[in-house]
Amino acid sequence: MAGLHKSDFKNPVVNWIDTRLPVFTMMQKEYGVFPTPKNFNYFWNFGALAMVNLMIMIATGIFLAMNYTPHVTMAFDSVERIMRDVNYGWMLRYAHANGASMFFIVTYIHIFRGLYYGSYKAPRELLWMLGVVILLLMMATAFMGYVLPWGQMSYWGATVITNLFSAIPVVGDSIVTWLWGGFSVDNPTLNRFFSLHYLLPFVLVGVIFLHIAALHITGSNNPLGIDVKSEQDTLPFHPYYTIKDSVGICVYLIVFAVLVFFAPNFFSAPDNYIQANPLVTPAEIVPEWYFLPFYAILRSVPNKLGGVSMMFGAIAVLFVLPWLDTSPVRSAKFRPIYRILFWVLVVAVIALGMVGAHRPEGAWVTIGRLATLYYFLHFLVILPVLGKLERPLPLPESISRPVIGGGPLPAGATAKPMEKV
Amino acid sequence: MADSMSATPMTGTHGHPSGGEVTKRDFLKLVAGAGAAVGVGAIVWPLVDSMNPAADVLALSSTEVTLTPIEAGQAITVVWRGKPVFVRHRTPKEIKEAEDVKLSALIDPQADSARVKAGHDQWLVVIGICTHLGCVPLGNAPSDPRGEWGGWFCPCHGSQYDTSGRVRHGPAPLNLAVPPYAFETDTKIKIG
Repeated sequence: MAGLHKSDFKNPVVNWIDTRLPVFTMMQKEYGVFPTPKNFNYFWNFGALAMVNLMIMIATGIFLAMNYTPHVTMAFDSVERIMRDVNYGWMLRYAHANGASMFFIVTYIHIFRGLYYGSYKAPRELLWMLGVVILLLMMATAFMGYVLPWGQMSYWGATVITNLFSAIPVVGDSIVTWLWGGFSVDNPTLNRFFSLHYLLPFVLVGVIFLHIAALHITGSNNPLGIDVKSEQDTLPFHPYYTIKDSVGICVYLIVFAVLVFFAPNFFSAPDNYIQANPLVTPAEIVPEWYFLPFYAILRSVPNKLGGVSMMFGAIAVLFVLPWLDTSPVRSAKFRPIYRILFWVLVVAVIALGMVGAHRPEGAWVTIGRLATLYYFLHFLVILPVLGKLERPLPLPESISRPVIGGGPLPAGATAKPMEKV
Repeated sequence: MADSMSATPMTGTHGHPSGGEVTKRDFLKLVAGAGAAVGVGAIVWPLVDSMNPAADVLALSSTEVTLTPIEAGQAITVVWRGKPVFVRHRTPKEIKEAEDVKLSALIDPQADSARVKAGHDQWLVVIGICTHLGCVPLGNAPSDPRGEWGGWFCPCHGSQYDTSGRVRHGPAPLNLAVPPYAFETDTKIKIG
């Protein structure tokens, strides 16, 4: 396929480059004129917000690394030095630490958006699965990053989480020793976590590239969950959605700034301002808020291997979600029962988050078990069955139709399955 | 790696248009693929093994403890291989409690006699790491909670251990581990 690209760009420098490496043409195609459903609501901002957030994390992280020392005797002090002595060090660290929380807020909303509007359904299964990989990578990165300041929560969080792998029969203990590079969480562990914490965000960039590439093949889902039928249903990405995303980014940055400048320790545990002590476990070990629902699932099962399996299973079910949900209708807007159960799931996950933050005593144990039960029931039983039983509302003929008036067609015309499934 | 995946003779389509017939090319692909897999493994293993405990970490593997300052009923924490080790001087009552338990009542059945050195049953030496998820159980300091069975109580997820360091209440699945140790004299032990 040798041959120069025929470029339409007028600027001679741009044209010269584009002829040899058509990156300008690609950007124009994928982000300029890219046909995008015209009925997006603001929930479709969150992918772009996550992208912005990742860039903030990488930028602040690179500069933090210039002043951080990954050694058990110096790590804690080097972080305090960043806070007190390094110019704007406090801002870099608070932006990075709160950036992690913002990243999970944005990503969780992005995921629940996908759940509500059925964005995981054909033909977007692979797009969704890449998203689950992104979530796993984010969790690994966040976990290792939290260890780096070497406070008490860093140390004991690392101890508890790495010990999860000791639940694996036969080889568990060898795996834990291998993860630690010793017989407890210690300097070798801190060193490798720093190395991997620096590496994984770039792996994330790679997987996100695939996520977006897959998105640009299938095209975006939309609040109605029906396919784009004609050019009438779309708008060029620029300027319509670049502007809409910009509005969201402004709001996002306001929230982020309020956190960083007015409540920088809102999400952090005070114990992490005590240097790690391998001989004293803090009275209560609580993970960062974004892990709480999973932590609650872990603790709801009174068996070590069972708890660990359920915790990882909570994410594993997301991988196969496109095949668990048997309904051909995407958007919850047209699924009266699913719409209610979606909110039950949201409540269950929030309840799990609260359970994870409390000692496993009294009512919290019961709530945790019920919510865990519902979580798995929702994905493994309800979704497969509901798709067969539920009677969806009539779908609009096209994205444009409800907008330009006319409403849904009579039932007979819409009784046929929505799309090629 | 791609080679080794497509090298299975029965699945390749080109090279043997007649169907399932195995050709010389299939054999070569299989051998080349297997060779590549071995080569990749040989390169990856040093990388993986470099993450295992290094020689200097392994070298710090024994600790000596003098027992004379520990009164009956007291316990101390020493560090061995970066882990806390509990050395507890048990009272006769505690020893009796530990010995009298029926093995069938235990989560991880083990006789007390198997967890102490013969003739030194007042000394209990266990690794002070909860077998659930690695927290350090409370119970060494006089002010600590020792749980219902008078041993140790883990603050993280509520596991409880008895005066022999055996788990009596979950979620921990196993007894506190007994490290390898020996009495050098009656008042001195060497752990590791």
